[in-house]
Amino acid sequence: MNMTEEAQGAAHQQVLVEFRPQMLKFARLQLQDEASAEDVVQDTMAAALAGMQGFLGRAAFKTWVFTILRHKIVDLLRHRGRLVEVASLERGEEDMDEAFETLFKANAHWHATTRPRNWGDPEEALNQRQFWQIFEACLEVLPAKTARVFMMREFLGFETEEICRNLEISTSNCHVVLHRARSGLRQCLEKGWFLAGEVSPC
Amino acid sequence: MLTCKEATHLMSEAQDRTLTRVQRLSLRLHLLICRGCRNFQRQMLFLRRACHLFRDRED
Repeated sequence: MNMTEEAQGAAHQQVLVEFRPQMLKFARLQLQDEASAEDVVQDTMAAALAGMQGFLGRAAFKTWVFTILRHKIVDLLRHRGRLVEVASLERGEEDMDEAFETLFKANAHWHATTRPRNWGDPEEALNQRQFWQIFEACLEVLPAKTARVFMMREFLGFETEEICRNLEISTSNCHVVLHRARSGLRQCLEKGWFLAGEVSPC
Repeated sequence: MLTCKEATHLMSEAQDRTLTRVQRLSLRLHLLICRGCRNFQRQMLFLRRACHLFRDRED
């Protein structure tokens, strides 16, 4: 199905309207404050409509909008010094890096038990609805900032330079963030889907 | 000689920029002898494909 950009835009507005109560509920729960919740959802909807996601399908658009919302809420909570709430809302970057480090021996080669496994024929997964639920869940536990950079690259098709300029981060930092997102997703999918039936070795 | 950890960084960066000739060669050499990294490489390509499919999904 190939929608015109206009039809796609209307569909996205529809998604935003339908999604608004859920966003509000989430924002209220996190912020514990009605006025800020309204503001942050309003900001998110404006940012989402800003035009650069015209071609996203419904599922990816919702995930993208939710990532913007989460990013804004985390910023606000950090600003208020409420770090415990931030920690409950997303995995920390340090946390992810630590999880990645544990895959390696001291010499920076894979541990025999954590070496990336053969996923068999992963194409099969792409036809299964449950796979996409896991995929979405794995995206949603990425730190909001990490997820945002990753989605700008993979969903919105920005070049790395554009992302760096846009978010005012260095190119090397951008590469670090993208590597973190990809290895995190890889680990999450391996655990949540590809090896889900196996007993963990530890 | 590239470590596996370094190799994962190059495999990720290869999706965002053109690696230098030296980087490409050392990665290719590493992949020849490392099964874990070959799997990682395939998984990176799968991840990109999955992202593009997810981007276009309507449900």
